[in-house]
Amino acid sequence: MMRAWLTQHGFVFFHTLKRLASTPVTTLLSITVMGIALSLPTGVYVLMENLQSISGQTAGSPQISLFLKQDASKEDIDKIQQRLQEDSRIVNYQFISKDSALIQLQQSSGLTDIAANLTYNPLPDAFVVHTRENTSDSLEQWKLTMQSWPEIAHVQFDSAWVDRLNVLLKLGRSVVLMLATLLSISIVAIMFNTIRLQILTKRDEIEISKLIGATDGFIQRPFLYFGAIQGLCGGITAWLIIAWGIDALNGELMPLTQLYGLEIQLRYLSLQDSISLLLFSAWLGWLGARISVASHLWQIEPE
Amino acid sequence: MPENLLKRFWIERYNEQNPMITFKNVSKRYPDGYIALNNVELEVESGEMVFLTGHSGAGKSTLLKLIAAIERPTSGVIAISGQNIAQLKSAAIPYLRRKIGFIFQDHKLLFDRNVFENVLLPLQISDFDNNTAMSRVRAALDKVGLLKKEKVMPITLSGGERQRLCIARAVVHRPAILIADEPTGNLDIEYARDIMAMFKSFNQVGVTILIATHDASLLDDTQHRILSLKQGKLAA
Repeated sequence: MMRAWLTQHGFVFFHTLKRLASTPVTTLLSITVMGIALSLPTGVYVLMENLQSISGQTAGSPQISLFLKQDASKEDIDKIQQRLQEDSRIVNYQFISKDSALIQLQQSSGLTDIAANLTYNPLPDAFVVHTRENTSDSLEQWKLTMQSWPEIAHVQFDSAWVDRLNVLLKLGRSVVLMLATLLSISIVAIMFNTIRLQILTKRDEIEISKLIGATDGFIQRPFLYFGAIQGLCGGITAWLIIAWGIDALNGELMPLTQLYGLEIQLRYLSLQDSISLLLFSAWLGWLGARISVASHLWQIEPE
Repeated sequence: MPENLLKRFWIERYNEQNPMITFKNVSKRYPDGYIALNNVELEVESGEMVFLTGHSGAGKSTLLKLIAAIERPTSGVIAISGQNIAQLKSAAIPYLRRKIGFIFQDHKLLFDRNVFENVLLPLQISDFDNNTAMSRVRAALDKVGLLKKEKVMPITLSGGERQRLCIARAVVHRPAILIADEPTGNLDIEYARDIMAMFKSFNQVGVTILIATHDASLLDDTQHRILSLKQGKLAA
C-alpha cells in the first residue's frame, strides 16, 4: 500500500518535471517572473539585515557619559564609583577627572588657543561607562535612574542615531512586508491562471480519468505538484538573483572599503532564510494551483 | 483515510445473492423536459450476458450511464449487487466505477499516450503496485491481440484496433461488470464477430456483461437475453 503510494507520487513528480521540460520557454518565462517578484521583497530584506549588522559592528557596545556637578567632592566621586562597581550591566567604566579632561582638551589640535585662554577649568569630572544593554528602551530607563542621582549634573549617550536607524529599519520592514504581501498575491494569481489553462487543455484526460474511477485527489495531484515545483523553481531563481546582486554590490563596495579602511562585506541570505524562501515560494505555487483546481475542476463532469 | 473506509464499505455491501444490476421504477428526465427512460424495471443476474437494443434515441446510452453513475436518475432505485447507487455520494462514485469496465461509444482514448499507457490508466488511478500493473496491462493487451502495438500511439490504430484497445482498458482492472455502448458501431462484420467472441470469453469467466447495440446481425444467433427499449420503455 505504502509502496504503491510512493510509486504514485514518484510517477506524478517525474511526469510533472517532464511536462515542465516539454514547454521550456513558457516554463522559463513564468519561473523568471516569479523569481523576480520574489527577489524584490527578499532583496530589500537582505539589505536591511546587512545594514543592521553593519551598524551593530560599528557602534559596538553603547557608551554613556556621566558628568558630575562642578562642585562634586572626592566623596561624591567615590559614591558613584561604588554604584557603578555594583551594577552587573556595566562592562567597564573609566573615570576622567576635570584636570585630565583639560589636558586632553589642550592637546586636541585646533582647540589649544581656546584652552590656553581659559582662566579656570570649566570641565566637570566625568565617568565613561560601557554597558551590555543595547536596546534604546532600557538605555533610556537607565539614563533616567542615573539622572536622579544627586551628584550627577548630566547623563549623555548617543542614542539619537541608533533611534533614527531603528525607525528606518522599522520602516524598511513595513516596506518588505507590503512588497511581500502584494507580490505573493500576484504569484498566486499567476499560478491560478497557469493551472486554469492547463486544466482546459487537459479536459479530455480529466474527463476520462473521472469516468474510469479516479478520485478528485488523484486528478488534482499533478496540478498541485506542478504549482509547487514551479513555485520552488521561482524561489531558487529569486535566491540566485539576490546572490548575484550581492556579488555585484560587494564589487562596488570594494573601493569604498579600501578608501576608508573598513571591513564591509554584504552577506548572502542565511541558510535558515534561504530554506524559508524556498519553502514559502513552493507553498505559494501550491496555493495558486490549489485555488485554481478547486474553482475549475468541478466544472468538468463527464457526460 | 476516508478512501479506505469507502472501499471497505463498498466491499462489505457486495453480496453475491443479490442480482448484479437492479432497476426499479427508474425514470430519467432531462432538464429540457425530454424523457429518456420511463419507469424501467430490470434485473441482470451475476454472470449474465444481456443485449440491449432499440433505435438511436431510445434511451440505451442513458440506461448504461445510469449504471456507472455518469447520469443520475430522476426517480427510482438502481442497485449494483444490492447497493442503491441512485443516491450515492459523489466521493463514493469513483469506487463504483472501478467495479465497472465501460466501453464508450466515442472510445474516450487519450491520444497523447501510447497504447500501453492508455490501458495502464485504470490501474494508476486505483493505486496498483507497479509490477502487478505492468503484467496486468500486458495480459489485457495480449487478450485483445494488441501486445505487439503497446508502444504505438492510438491515432495510428485502425477502427477495429481502437475498439480492442478500449476493451483492454475496460477489462484490465478485472471489473465485475462490463458495459459496452455500441461496441461494433462502425466495424466490418468480421471485426464485429471477433469482438463479440471476446465478450463471450469474458462472460465465460464470470463477468456480467451488458451490451447496447442496434446491430441486428449480432443478435441473430445469440442465446443470450435481449432487452429492447422503445421510447424510454422496456418492451417485453
